[in-house]
Formats: sequence, structure tokens, C-alpha cells
Amino acid sequence: MTPRQRRWIFLVAGGGFLAFYLWGLIGLPGFGNYPGPYGDIINAIAVPQTHATGVVSAVNFEYRAFDTLGEEFILFIAATGVATVLRHLREERDTSAVDEAKNRDVPATSDAIAMVTLAFIGPTIVVGWYLASHAQTSPSGGFQGGIVLATAFVLVYLAGQFIVFKRLSPIALTDAIEAIGAGSFAAVGIAALALGAAYLTNILPLGSTPGAVNSAGTIALISFFVGVEVAAAFILIIGELLEQTLIVREGDR
Amino acid sequence: MDSLLPLAVAVPLVAAAGISALNPLFGHRRRVLDAVAILTAAAVTGLLVVIMLSTADGQRVYWFAGFTPSHGVALGIDFAVDQLNSGLATLTATLVTAALVFSWRYFERVSTYYHALMLVFLAGMVGFCLTGDIFNLFVFFELMGVAAYALTAYRPEERGPLQGALNFAITNSVGAYLSLSGIGLIYGRTGALNMAQIGQAITGHRPDGLVVVAFVLILMGLLTKASIVPFHFWLADAHAVAPTPVCVLFSGVMVELGLYGIARVYWSMFGAGLGHRDAITAVLLALGIATAVVGALFCFRQRHLKRLLAFSTINHAGLFLIGIALLTPLGLTGAAVYVIGHGLIKAALFLSVGIVLHRLGSVNETFLHGRGRGLPVTGVVFVLAALALADLPPFALYLGAGWIGQSGDARELHWITAVIMTTSVLVGAAVLRVAGGVFYGLGDPPSEDPQMAEEASEETSETDEAKSRTPLSMIVPPAVLVAAALAVGLLPQLGDLVQDGAVRFQDQAAYNATVLVGAHIAHPTALLGPEDTSVTTTDVVTGVGTAVASLVLALMALYWRRLPVLRRGFEPGAGLVRPIRRFQSGVVNDYVTWMVVGLACIGGALAFAIR
Amino acid sequence: MSIFPFVVVAWVCAVGLYGIITSRHLVHQIVCLIVVQSSTYILLLGVGYKTGAVAPYFYDIPLNTPAVDPVVQALALTDVVVEAAVTALLLAFAVQAHKRFGTLDPEELRQFQG
Repeated sequence: MTPRQRRWIFLVAGGGFLAFYLWGLIGLPGFGNYPGPYGDIINAIAVPQTHATGVVSAVNFEYRAFDTLGEEFILFIAATGVATVLRHLREERDTSAVDEAKNRDVPATSDAIAMVTLAFIGPTIVVGWYLASHAQTSPSGGFQGGIVLATAFVLVYLAGQFIVFKRLSPIALTDAIEAIGAGSFAAVGIAALALGAAYLTNILPLGSTPGAVNSAGTIALISFFVGVEVAAAFILIIGELLEQTLIVREGDR
Repeated sequence: MDSLLPLAVAVPLVAAAGISALNPLFGHRRRVLDAVAILTAAAVTGLLVVIMLSTADGQRVYWFAGFTPSHGVALGIDFAVDQLNSGLATLTATLVTAALVFSWRYFERVSTYYHALMLVFLAGMVGFCLTGDIFNLFVFFELMGVAAYALTAYRPEERGPLQGALNFAITNSVGAYLSLSGIGLIYGRTGALNMAQIGQAITGHRPDGLVVVAFVLILMGLLTKASIVPFHFWLADAHAVAPTPVCVLFSGVMVELGLYGIARVYWSMFGAGLGHRDAITAVLLALGIATAVVGALFCFRQRHLKRLLAFSTINHAGLFLIGIALLTPLGLTGAAVYVIGHGLIKAALFLSVGIVLHRLGSVNETFLHGRGRGLPVTGVVFVLAALALADLPPFALYLGAGWIGQSGDARELHWITAVIMTTSVLVGAAVLRVAGGVFYGLGDPPSEDPQMAEEASEETSETDEAKSRTPLSMIVPPAVLVAAALAVGLLPQLGDLVQDGAVRFQDQAAYNATVLVGAHIAHPTALLGPEDTSVTTTDVVTGVGTAVASLVLALMALYWRRLPVLRRGFEPGAGLVRPIRRFQSGVVNDYVTWMVVGLACIGGALAFAIR
Repeated sequence: MSIFPFVVVAWVCAVGLYGIITSRHLVHQIVCLIVVQSSTYILLLGVGYKTGAVAPYFYDIPLNTPAVDPVVQALALTDVVVEAAVTALLLAFAVQAHKRFGTLDPEELRQFQG
């Protein structure tokens, strides 16, 4: 098809799709009228049952923890996939790393940017750690914390220190840490089986005070593993993609 | 006993993470990785066989983290396991094991990544089969999807794998997000994610726009995965380029999982609430027939062996959908048996093509003509598998075809047998033509098609150079799979056993009661009663007839130049080339356009029927 | 006006599909795919909203305060991670395509036809 034909076909079919979709959407209870029951029941029972005051975390890491396990492994396998796809290029890497887009004028990182980004690295790690370890109390958790932790490493790159960035996150080690994070999540579930409970049952003591850092049992533990996994996965993915800008292939172009 | 259920998913996940974590220690010791992966897949197969046997006396439900439903509201996620979905999961694990054994000597260099991807792919497919929660279904859809996209691009140094992986990933992601939109819609109405609870909530009300739209949107991802016309374009691009052991899984089970998803979503959620069974039968039948015909025509025309088999899979996906579309227990029984037989046989065919590629370094039918004479065992396996694919009794496939046809007759749809026969003859003839030409040098090589030759000659780098002998680990898996298809076809009481499962699968009230209240339903009843599953003479005659007709057509295709009645220069199927190229353009923009067209048409048809 | 957020859902989804269909650049096409997925976030968060209700965090508010649905928020979070993973993989394909074949136009990238 030519682009023109595609556009015309889409105008007709897409119009049909839009009308059809709207036909379904008008059947929803109006915006702001959530009918329940799932969310309302969870809101009522989650805090007494799990001692987590962050109910979204309770859903993510306990009621629907099995979803989160699958999602963790989606991220794990995507990072593995990125490594698989870019692997061949890495093996062919020339020893001298040169920016491939030679016509692109890359100014040296200014001292001001380097200073500011380096100054932010410490606080970023603290915030990331805080988020990953407080899923049970506040709107945070392993994903949010893991992403922020990964950002700390990207800041190293932004400061113009690609070599340091690579040294801080060697691929084999990051890969292994990522796998340990994801695997531990699955293993926490198996530990429950070993104790005779259902897979992913909260088997740890819940703590006496809902909302305390040591409350909510496996919710906090799983969130921590998720944080490790997400941070490592994103460092790996970003690192692999960044490295591509520095690869020169021989006999090419 | 019940704790085996989560292990079927958790074990491969832990194993995949484990081999990745230990990569620095074992990365260079290839055999350790191979052994761990094969043992894990074999263990999962064993687990699933035990689970499948335990479902004979009723459905098993497993609630994760122990949250059983209270007052009919599901708080957590469940696995709802019956005969059909545990059987499909067992088939999946069996084929993964076979593919991993085949890989033992197949790849020259293979990294940890391959094993981790395969094991996560396995976990994703098993979870997809067993889950009883619609959002969890989406998560596993994506899990197996992401693993599959990465496996498709396993050799990214060529244009084909990248194109295939991109088209595969983009079309399937669009489908998945449309499905998720449908899930969001139905959640907005019912406030539930458990399939049984959703079904309960929408039953007894007149189906309105929201229910119809949610149903159609949820179908989108599943139809795409199942490669139903016009959502099928990605399949040939992806199957032609993925490593051969991965193709086994793509064609053998992944496509079938999409069809299973359609059946599951219909009978566990929407069936009772939607009503209008004739309209749904009509829409699904139309899709199934279009898919069967398109797949068969494209298949007959192909010269690239893996693409040829990929189009044959599209044809079969259409036939399976016809079986499901009848909405009868016998139709579903036929589709299930057909899926098992096809999975085993198609896997054997792909593995045989893998051996050809390994030894002869090509998948181009023209180039390979007569060059396969040195592969006697592979030749025999390939011929047997090709005949089985053409519905030759007693391989399991003829039973599936026969039962779908019988059930169609019972619903006054007599032409269904004709559709199954004609398309199966085309596909069987294409595969038998390959068998005769490549392994026995019969007839003349098909004329060289410059573009196809170029495409097919790309396919060389899976194995570094042509090998002088076929390792045992490569020839045993396809031979065992063909034998298994034969054994399934000879199982006594197969029809009754599977039909019991089909009846349970279609009894939505029993499903709801088992999942939500924990009731034990000993005797489920489907809306349409079970039918006679004895193997009739008609089945056998139809099967033999299809196989013989395929053989004749294959010989004609091989010897057509020497036939006096045909004018010189005539090429069977030549007229198909232009329309095929036009539609199967390789550009993902076109594919997504057709998806939107398909969505608008299906939506329009159902909206018109169910207002 | 209570239907308006859902009209946005349908519009964002259709716009994303239009982008995928007309795109001549893989990275643009991948971003359009994200747009399609974004419509699902709006839908999920929209159906779980309750007028006047608070966020489902009971750290410093009484337990029986009306709160919005926490389940859709958890689903949206899962959805976001899925999107990040798929996008990363697709971008890796795009990087490879550009390195190997010097093009990101889907029309020029194809090898198989028919």
C-alpha cells in the first residue's frame, strides 16, 4: 500500500473503530462513580489484614503479587532481550571507543553540569533507597525506588563520566544482580509453599503497628527485591543502549 | 497436591533467574546450561502431566497467597485448571523440552540468554494456560510475548530477523493494548478481574454496548496471537526468521494459545452474558474460513520452507477457529485433538527443516531439490509428518478434522467438511511436494523465483557450515514427536475423554460455582449436549481421501512440466504471486492498518447483530 | 461531562493508531505505540475514580475515609512497567536496524515480501 492508501483506509476504518469504542465507553458509570466492589473491599480490609497503610502496595505485593511476579519477569526478560539483540555489536567493538555520529558536535560537559549532577548522586541514592524500602507505608515501592536508584547511575554518565559509569555497572555483575532480584521474588513465594501455605502467602510477621517500616511482612521484602531488580534492569538497558553510541564497526560505511 | 500448580510457573522462572545469576560461573560451560534447561523443562512437563491427570474428576482452583473469594468476590488471583487447559500446558512443556533437546547440538555458539529466554517463554505460556484472572492473562500474554520477540531477533545481524521481530512486537503489542482496553472497560462495569466473577456479573442482563465492545477488544490481542485473518500478517515474517527450535514453539503452541484464549474468554466470561450464539458463530466462522483459505493458498505458493510451514500454521489456526466457532462440545473436542496432533506434527516438520538447514545450509526448495537424498531418516520422518498433516489416519489430526466436520453436520453446516478437506489438500500437497522434491529428487525443481531465492539464501548462519552427519540429539526429537502423534491418534476413548473436558469447559455455571464458591461439580452440562465421538468410516475415508488427494496434487506439482495437457510455461499458483506480495508486504504500517480494518468489521458485525 | 475523560481515552487510542500507520520512522512508530498504551492508563485510572475520595493511603487518615480504587492504580503500575520493558526491547531492535542497515524507515527495512 502507498502511504496515501493507508491514510484513506484508516480514515474509514479508524472512524468505525472510534465510534465502536465510544459506544462501549458510554456504557461506563460516569467518571467519578466507581461502582466497586473489588477496590472498596480491598480498601476496607487491606490495612488490618496486611498492616500496610499503602493499599496500592498491598495490592501489588500481596493480593495481586502474582501479577507483579509476571511483570518483574517481563522486565527481566526484556533486559535479557536487549542484551541478546545488542550482543553481537558489543562483541565486534573496536578497542578505541569513538562517537559514531561524527558530524554531531558534542560539546564537552561543562564543569557546572558535572558539579551539579555529581552533587545530586548522593541524594538520589538516598531517595531511591527510601522509596524502595517504604512501599508498605507511602506511595512508593520497588518500582519507583528502583528507577530512582538507576537514575543515580545515569547521573554519572550525564556528568561526562561514561567510563566511570561502565566501571560502576559491569554488565556481568548487573546482569547477575538483576537475576538475583527477580529470582528472589519467585523464591519468596516458594518459601511459603515450603511452610505449607499458598504460593506468595505473607509468611513473615506483620509487625504490631500498621505503617511502621518493619510492618507488613513480605510486602516490604518483595518490594525490596523488586527495587533491586528494577534498578539493575534499567542500568543494564540504559548502559547497553548508551554503549551503542560509542561503537565503531570496522568495514562499515 | 495443589501446591504443584504454582510450581509449574515458578520453577522455570527461578531456573531462568538462576542460570542468569550464575552466568559468570557457568557461562562458558555450555553443557551445564543445556542440562539445567532441559531438566527444568522436563520437570515442568512431568508436573503438568500429574496436574492433568488430577483434573479428571473435576476442576482444580488454586488461590495465590491464599485469598479465597469471600461472598462471591475474588480478592486475589487464581489458577483454574481443567482437562483442556492443563492438556494444552502439557503439550507446551513437551514441545519446549523437545526444542531444547534439539538445541543441544544445533547452535554452534549459544549464550545463557537463549536458555533464560526459553524458560521464561515456557513459564509465560504455562501461566497463560492456567490462569483464571483476566488481567493476569494479559500479564502472561506480555511475558510470553516479550520472550518471543527477543527470541525472534536472536540472530539480529540480518535484516529478516529484525524485520520479523519488529513486525511481531508491534502488531502483538497493539493487539495486547486493545485487549487491555477491553479489560478496563469490563472492570469499569463489574469491578472484577476474575473471569468467573465477571461472567457472573454480566449474566442475566441484556448485553449492551459496553459488553460487546469489551468482548471484541479483548479478542483483538488473542486473534492477533492466533494469527487469524486479517491479524495474521506478522506470523510468516516472524516464523521464517526465528531460530528453528523457536519456530517449533511459535507454530506448535503459541498460535494455539491465542485460540485457547478466545475459547476461555468466551466460555468463562462472556458466553452466558452475550447470548446471540448464532451471530457469534457466524462471525467466528467467517474469520476461520478466511484464515484457512488464505493460509492454504499462500502455503502452496511458497518456496521458502520455513515460511511454507508458517502459512500452513495459519491454515490450521483457521480450522481450529472453525471448531471453536461451532460452540458445540464436539467442535471444541475436535479443535483440541487437532491442536495436539498439529502441535506434535508441526514441531516435527520444523525440526526436520532444522536438520536440512544444519546439513545442507539452505531452506530454499528450488536449491534443495534432490539434495536431501543423503538424509534418509529425516526424509522418512518428514514424509510421515507431511502425510499426517494431510489428515492421514491413524495420526491424531484426522480425528480432529473428522469431529469438527461431524459437529458442523449436526448444526446443518455441511460445507465445513469441504472447507477442511480442500484447504488441507493444498497444505498437504505443498508439504508433500517438498518431501518428494527435496528428499527423493522427484520431478523437476520448481522454477527459480529470484526474490524468494534471495530471501531463502539469507537463512544460513544458524549453523556455521554444513555438517557431515546429523547428531542423534537432532533426529530423535522429531521422530519421537511423530510417534507421539500416532500414539495420540490410537488412544482408546480419546474422544470421550476430551469431550468430557470440553463439556466442563463450556459449562459456565459450573465454572463459576467451582471458582467462586468452591463447589465440586461432578457432572457438568454444556448448553449443547455432547455428541457421539466414535470414529466413523466417514472420518477414516475423508482422512485417507485428503491424504491421497494431497499426494496426487503434490505429484502433479512436481511433474507438471511433463504433463501433456498443460501448456508450456504454466506454473501452478503463479497467479497468486502478485496479490500475495501486495498484502504480505512486510511493512508493519500495512499490518496495523489491516488490524484496524478487522476490528472495525468484527465490531460492526457484532454491533449490528447484538444491539 | 462525566463521559469526557473516556472520550479522551478513545481519542488518544485512535491518534496513536494513526501515528503507527502513517509513521515513516521506527522510533516515531514506537513512541506512537506508547501513545496507544497511554490510553489504557487513562481508562484504568478513570474507571477507578470516585468523586471527592482520597488516595488509598491510610498512614495519617482514618481507615473508613472514602478512597479511590487501589486496584486500578496497581494495574496501571504494572502496565507502566510492561510498557517500559517492551519499549526498551523495541528500541534495541531499532538501534540494531540503524547500525546494520542504515535506515529506520519500515518501508526500506523489509526483506520478506509475499
